[in-house]
Amino acid sequence: MSDTALQAAPTTKARGYWATVARRITRDKVSMVCALILILIFASALLAPWLHLADPYQGSMIRRLRHIGTPNYPLGTDELGRDMLARLIYGGRLSLIIGILPVIFAFVVGTSLGLIAGYVGGKLNTAIMRTVDVFYAFPSVLLAIAISGALGAGIVNSIVSLTIVFVPQITRVAESVTTGVRNMDFVEAARASGAGPFTIMRVHMLGNVLGPIFVYATGLISVSMILAAGLSFLGLGTKPPEPEWGLMLNTLRTAIYVNPWVAALPGAMIFAVSICFNLLSDGMRSAMDIRN
Amino acid sequence: MTDVDTPQGMLEPVADVGGAAQPLLQVTGLTKHFPVRGDLFSARKTVRAVDNVSFAVMKGETVGIVGESGCGKSTTARLLMHLMPCDSGAIIYDGMQVGRSLSLRDLRRGMQMVFQDSYASLNPRLTIEESIAFGPKVHGMADGAARTLARELLGKVGLRPENFANRYPHEISGGQRQRVNIARALALSPRLVILDEAVSALDKSVEAQVLNLLADLKREFGLTYLFISHDLNVVRYISDRVLVMYLGEVVELGPVDAVWDAPAHPYTSALLAAMPSSDPDKRTEVPPISGDPPNPIDPPPGCRFHTRCPFAEPLCAQHTPKLTDLDTMGHQAACYMAIPGSGHSRAPAKTTGDNAA
Amino acid sequence: MFAYTARRIVYVIPIVISVALVCFLLVHITPGDPLVAVLPADASQELAAQLRTAYGFDRPLPVQFGLWLWRALHGDLGSSIATGRPVLSEVMRAVGNTVMLAVAAAIIGFTLGLLFGLIAGYFRDTWVDKLATSFAIAGVSLPHYWLGMVLVIIFSVQLNWLPAVGAGPGGSGAWAWDWEHLRYLVLPAITTSVIPMGIVTRTVRALTGDILSQDFVEALRAKGLRERGVFRHVVKNAAPTALAVMGLQLGYMLGGSILIETVFSWPGSGLLLNSAIFQRDLPLLQGTILVLALFFVALNLLVDIAQAAIDPRIKRG
Repeated sequence: MSDTALQAAPTTKARGYWATVARRITRDKVSMVCALILILIFASALLAPWLHLADPYQGSMIRRLRHIGTPNYPLGTDELGRDMLARLIYGGRLSLIIGILPVIFAFVVGTSLGLIAGYVGGKLNTAIMRTVDVFYAFPSVLLAIAISGALGAGIVNSIVSLTIVFVPQITRVAESVTTGVRNMDFVEAARASGAGPFTIMRVHMLGNVLGPIFVYATGLISVSMILAAGLSFLGLGTKPPEPEWGLMLNTLRTAIYVNPWVAALPGAMIFAVSICFNLLSDGMRSAMDIRN
Repeated sequence: MTDVDTPQGMLEPVADVGGAAQPLLQVTGLTKHFPVRGDLFSARKTVRAVDNVSFAVMKGETVGIVGESGCGKSTTARLLMHLMPCDSGAIIYDGMQVGRSLSLRDLRRGMQMVFQDSYASLNPRLTIEESIAFGPKVHGMADGAARTLARELLGKVGLRPENFANRYPHEISGGQRQRVNIARALALSPRLVILDEAVSALDKSVEAQVLNLLADLKREFGLTYLFISHDLNVVRYISDRVLVMYLGEVVELGPVDAVWDAPAHPYTSALLAAMPSSDPDKRTEVPPISGDPPNPIDPPPGCRFHTRCPFAEPLCAQHTPKLTDLDTMGHQAACYMAIPGSGHSRAPAKTTGDNAA
Repeated sequence: MFAYTARRIVYVIPIVISVALVCFLLVHITPGDPLVAVLPADASQELAAQLRTAYGFDRPLPVQFGLWLWRALHGDLGSSIATGRPVLSEVMRAVGNTVMLAVAAAIIGFTLGLLFGLIAGYFRDTWVDKLATSFAIAGVSLPHYWLGMVLVIIFSVQLNWLPAVGAGPGGSGAWAWDWEHLRYLVLPAITTSVIPMGIVTRTVRALTGDILSQDFVEALRAKGLRERGVFRHVVKNAAPTALAVMGLQLGYMLGGSILIETVFSWPGSGLLLNSAIFQRDLPLLQGTILVLALFFVALNLLVDIAQAAIDPRIKRG
């Protein structure tokens, strides 16, 4: 042992990476407000049956297109006299599902493909990434509509087509992140200590790779919400009388000359969810950049 | 704190089979060429990163490898660690060939490496303790024992375990991180440690501390070092023998004092002359070597140094000199000026007894 | 430069073939017999078999693809089932309107995006930056079809300034470059421009911020260069990436116009696609998507080449 005294550590408290990230994100006001809004929307959609709302399917010919602020109908009624508040809250159920599920599916598939492509490299990488390139040759809206249009209308088809649209995007991100991490010295060092590929993947790769992909996917939910509702808006998603924001926007289009602001409400919901996910993704990205 | 020689809970090192006379590492004809992505309109090219490199490392010594950046030092290190396959050549560890009498897994225990970038070589998501304990766990040590060992090794590299074990890499300084990397390498009880520019990125004062630590650890654990650096002062300080590389080839090798006192290859002379000297009388105004190393994609024919060599003659461009013994102490150089009777005008006269024309 | 261009063009060939393959397969993932789309409802078995042979549906898929690709290469994308007219001419007519819309939107979106981005990047972390960034993030989070509706509500329904739908007075197909017609372009173009505006703002802001924080800018200022000169360097360095992003956005506007064209009944390729989908006009669907995707690929190619031409860091060898 050399005669120099053992070095003392810095005085700050030792914190894990994720603990640091969590602390940073809870201090970001914008992210917290967005998280709060999203929790509210999710919770109300989930708990809709217990909220003492009007029946979202029960219409009435005599009270169609009431204005916002009408007694008993705080957000007015739609073109068939159904309560807008109830339909917006119930509509969240389907809208959130068809907006978020494709990203979750694509996250699973795309991350696996990207990890394999990035970690194995070589011919497998070329095969996967060239296939991904083909899907990049289509604008994503066009691809989603093309597949949906070919498969036909329906919730499942809409989810399938959006998943197909997002898989290549997540694969590309996952591949580039994985390749970046794989070339880091600590992965070399792990190989040099005799660890097998699966151990390296589990201990050294996943923790470093999943974060950035997750952030990207969170931002993608914003796009997915807009596209999923867009497919419904075109008539490629769910069918009436199901409450769903995109479809509601479509059926209310005829009402813009009578009661324009009620007609615009479902779009505001889509916008709110979309912008919150976008801001949350940005907040997470900067919270995870802990080197500065 | 009790003073133990080696931590009790260490992995059993790979057994010394050959005895002191057997080189710990014997490298012959090591070659690695990288294909450069050719495309539709140009032919495939190769970078000759490491070309026919041979040397030996004896047990307990420190061998330095020096050369400009891009000369193949780091590629050599990675080839030795079997982090990338070599095109040809043999790497014999203590008389055993990897894949035959020595498994790759055992080689990884017998040979460890410390990288230049102290931050990049630690997983940012793992605590320091976890990073050090990872290797022993891969080789079958229980989690608790590996963590105990990690803490003990932290002490060995001069870091207070109770303060550092639960830290993350970004929370400590570069010098401290490099100490952690050394502890991580030692955790597998290696007999050979490759230090690839391990101190180059550190401040000078920190560098000196880490060099002293390395010297202490070498004594304590009976280590052998392969010390790769572009810093000649550091190499001279730590090495017993030195290897000079130029464009993927070994141009000179020998005991560090012999090479420093009587460099036989003009490239070595140039490198030494380029070293800053603290003696005002020895300062030089003329740059000893000019230009950049030629592109390793197509190295010049003949002696690869002839394009920058002040003594180059037509012979040097036509034929490639081989490493030749200069004395009985193991000083070798690959230069026609050092080979008697080579035909170069500055070559020494042929010794009698040779019967070539 | 020539070699680079040639190489990029060669690399595009497999992409084009794969894109064609995807378009070809689209019809074949359609549930049911592709023949159903062309068959009269009361057709006899005999007629079905006859048509099956005529359309080549009885051959193996790769052969069908080969034949289809061969015909497509000669400009024959089949005929629309709904109108009986050749798909290619239908698509090209509609694409003209879409290009007009996209270019108008690009002029608005890129100008604003560049402006906001530069301002935000220059005055990073000031209130101006926050305002511009908010605009940008709202732009990329807006369901643009909804924005279209809101604009219609404000400017057509409430204020009655601009027409809500169509591409010319009286529903006539002929376009003219006068205010009577241009009025119809305003709302769709603004709606389309919002996403590219947001994305260009974000890109340019990040680029400007990065460039300004680099050492060479410090050096420029240190040697006494005035702010205007520094700005020139910023533009020069940001241009290649900004150009690439804008090119891609133009492509998205061309290909992703279906929702906005539906909202505004703008007679472009998107509206054509919409009707193809709902009339189950599969040849038209296939043809429209193929043409739009090829436009997108070609645009990407142009952007790549243009980027290489102005960015010295991209190897042209």
